[in-house]
Amino acid sequence: MKNKSLVSIDDFSTEEILKILDLTAEFEKEPTRKLLEGKVIATLFFEPSTRTRLSFESAINRLGGKIVGFSDASSSSVTKGETLNDTIRTVSNYCDLIVMRHPSEGSARFASEIASVPVINAGDGANQHPSQTLLDLYSIRKTQQKLDNLNIFMVGDLKYGRTVHSLMMAMSRWNATFNFIAPEELKMPDEFKLYLDNLGLKYYEHNDFTDIISKADIIYMTRVQKERFSDPIEYEKVKNVYVLRNSMLKNTKPNMRILHPLPRVNEIHQDVDNNPKAYYFEQALNGVYTREAILCLLLGIK
Amino acid sequence: MKEPKQLSVSAIQNGTVIDHIPAYNLFKVIQILGLDRIDNQITFGTNLESKKLGRKAIIKISEVFFEDEDINRIALVAPDAKLNIIRDYEVVEKKVVVVPDTIVGIAKCMNPKCITNFESVTTRFRVVSKKNVSLKCHYCEKITNQENLQII
Repeated sequence: MKNKSLVSIDDFSTEEILKILDLTAEFEKEPTRKLLEGKVIATLFFEPSTRTRLSFESAINRLGGKIVGFSDASSSSVTKGETLNDTIRTVSNYCDLIVMRHPSEGSARFASEIASVPVINAGDGANQHPSQTLLDLYSIRKTQQKLDNLNIFMVGDLKYGRTVHSLMMAMSRWNATFNFIAPEELKMPDEFKLYLDNLGLKYYEHNDFTDIISKADIIYMTRVQKERFSDPIEYEKVKNVYVLRNSMLKNTKPNMRILHPLPRVNEIHQDVDNNPKAYYFEQALNGVYTREAILCLLLGIK
Repeated sequence: MKEPKQLSVSAIQNGTVIDHIPAYNLFKVIQILGLDRIDNQITFGTNLESKKLGRKAIIKISEVFFEDEDINRIALVAPDAKLNIIRDYEVVEKKVVVVPDTIVGIAKCMNPKCITNFESVTTRFRVVSKKNVSLKCHYCEKITNQENLQII
């Protein structure tokens, strides 16, 4: 994987994904190692993303690497009218690897084609965010001891949710069954259902949490954002339907775990947080280990 | 006495005739093949009656013979086009256009948030459907379909 960029989860073979997950497990055992000593990593955040940036910077710091970059386009040369092309070509000279978040879709692919160093896509608009998908996969494998034949429930905004699309496509490599729970306006788009149809994978659609919650191995929650609704009354009608409460978890499987890419607003009630089935904060911690693994593999250190 | 007037979209001695172009896409074909920038003799007719297309256009280009790779670039706008290769006034070869697997630099990505619509990036698509042409952007991974297809 040395010198490869990570733009889309599809760029990596199943074998490569498993290699990243295995290395992530090693970093979980021993997260602080001076493997990036002498390396400079650029974190270019053309739009703010606190969690993702801190997670990457934490990973780099734990490995002894140095960081250059910016956390907001307003503090970069973009405000002077510099093109992405010029920024990437210039910054390539200053660092060993670029971590980039940018609002334009496809920007990371473009950057990876012109950069002389590997690029990690930390989110390009609504398109891809592969390190999130990898940490989700790691969290699933860790809690279920396997990736094969799992029943994955995806809840909330399945239309615009980039993380659910990427995770769904990634999990389709391991014969998953999917249950999609979303309001009418935010249903899983047809193109993704067609993708599953073509693979012969089973999926079911629901408008609310039904009795079948007891079948779930993983419940992947997402935020239902008010601004996604054309009709505010529709939002008011559904906003409480997609809230997970502790009382709903009574008959769920013992191995079931709740994941969420965070930030959470109210879609998981706080009374769930102390339930051992709540896994979203550990999931965020796994993000640091996953990013340590990705950084080392792309730099050819591991 | 006046000479009877006659149209001179006549036969060519050597070159290529591109027939069955949808009339509304004639100028796109000219643009894609760069015919507006060459010095060869070119004649074209448009809004000609066609049973298949309703109204078709035809282009005759003297002394130009296209490579398959070049001619397939017009497949997006003239999928039914037929080519006659002319040598010494005779049709020596007939060709049809084939939709290629990748389209580079001809079409515009319909996703307004795509980087190719902000920076000077040559567009690149994978053809995911050839019948009703559907293109997947190499950059933003979104689909541009026939109805929304714009030629750059």
